[in-house]
Amino acid sequence: MMGNDRGMDATPGRRQRWRQGIEARQRAPRSLWRFAAPQQFYPLAGRLAPWFAASAALLTVLGLYLAFFVAPTDAQQGEVYRIIFLHVPAAWMSMFLYLVMAFWGIVGWVLNTRLSFMMAHALAPTGAIWCFIALWTGALWGRPTWGTYWVWDARLTSQLLLMFLYLGYLALTRAIEDPRRADRAGALLAIVGSINVPIIYFSVQWWNTLHQGASVSLTRAPSMATVMLVTMLIMAFAAWFYSIAVALWRVRTIILERERHTDWVAAELDRLAARERG
Amino acid sequence: MGAVFAAMMRREMALAWRGRTDVLLALSFFVVVVCLFPFGIGPEANQLRAIAPGVVWVTALLASLLALPRLFEHDLRDGTLEQLLLSPEPAVVWVLAKVTVHWLVTGVPVALFAPLLAGLYDLQPEVLPLLAGTLLLGTPTLTLVGAIGAALTLGVRSGAVLLALLVLPLAVPVLIFGAGAVEAALGGVSYTAHLALLGAGGLAAVALAPWACVAALRLAVS
Repeated sequence: MMGNDRGMDATPGRRQRWRQGIEARQRAPRSLWRFAAPQQFYPLAGRLAPWFAASAALLTVLGLYLAFFVAPTDAQQGEVYRIIFLHVPAAWMSMFLYLVMAFWGIVGWVLNTRLSFMMAHALAPTGAIWCFIALWTGALWGRPTWGTYWVWDARLTSQLLLMFLYLGYLALTRAIEDPRRADRAGALLAIVGSINVPIIYFSVQWWNTLHQGASVSLTRAPSMATVMLVTMLIMAFAAWFYSIAVALWRVRTIILERERHTDWVAAELDRLAARERG
Repeated sequence: MGAVFAAMMRREMALAWRGRTDVLLALSFFVVVVCLFPFGIGPEANQLRAIAPGVVWVTALLASLLALPRLFEHDLRDGTLEQLLLSPEPAVVWVLAKVTVHWLVTGVPVALFAPLLAGLYDLQPEVLPLLAGTLLLGTPTLTLVGAIGAALTLGVRSGAVLLALLVLPLAVPVLIFGAGAVEAALGGVSYTAHLALLGAGGLAAVALAPWACVAALRLAVS
């Protein structure tokens, strides 16, 4: 709108208002956009991360207490079902973080913001770890309940493929030396992968039902007791806050590494070194 | 646009013809690997018949992967790629032409040879045309998705291994529906849904993959 007003029949008053608007925006201390600059985001991430970490720790303690001492024993599975409080949040986070990664990739491609790519970078290892935890706890849970560590169930298989997608992203971004290309290539891969995730999920589901009637199904669980559900949600939030905290800390390191040629990073490193010396 | 497509097709065909050993290598790889499975599994005919569609499909996937690094490598090394990207013609057009020729010289021979090899596995003759058909329908998608991977890993150290890691998980749906169609036919079930899904995947790949491929190529030469 403003672009149209400019020049054509802009009265002095209008032009002045327009100019004031621009200047106000440049000065604006409250605009969130300024945090797209790594230099601005670095201290913000440093301030936010401890809060998220503390919330994660608090929720984990609460969640684990509920999981081990309050939640009732499952009628069918006994005590072993309690692994669900780690397993399900891990699986959720692994899928969600891949989508967040792709989201930052799209933002980076569209707006050309370096920080978006750095966020995608920072999220990838955490997502891969959640994916691994989900697979591992799933195997440990499967052994006593199904009698086997692994079945080619649709959910397990698509989780495994998600793990491969994470590994592909990590391998690609680390193999390319030029950071600009690594950022964008990784983002492109994450976007292509995120389009494929639902396709993979449904094709695997169909493949599985074609081969054999699912002998074991994860969905047979009867309606959960409320306390179990609440505990799981608390653990999910703990996983969420942990991921945010770790991603923020990691993105700080990435910012320092990428921006090491700038004055403010040199000053920051001096400050850190001075603090370490005490 | 049509002229660019045709010119690129002619060029790529000429190059493929002059480097025809490369094409034969991918095909021989396919033949040798398919023949390798009975040695590992045993010559029991029933078992071989059961795994035949899967073996042929997985091997076709690997053969297509083997040829992929060559897709853009030569053009990158002699500077052609940079010139092509600088040209005012839409890059998607010539990328699509390159991928088409790549599929013609790698995917089509594999699809045509597949029924012969499936004969070694004692697969019922009625499903052999279907096997070739699913390969003809599915390999374009593999080539298109693989082209994105080839562009992403272009000029990257140990790019070929990386390419496998990137492309293979994305190829799983094609594998499922391709081999699934043959198995459905063997089981006496309708397989048209599989073919429809393979075709749909191929159309989606034709529409979307060249754009991603061009974006990745621009990164590779920048």
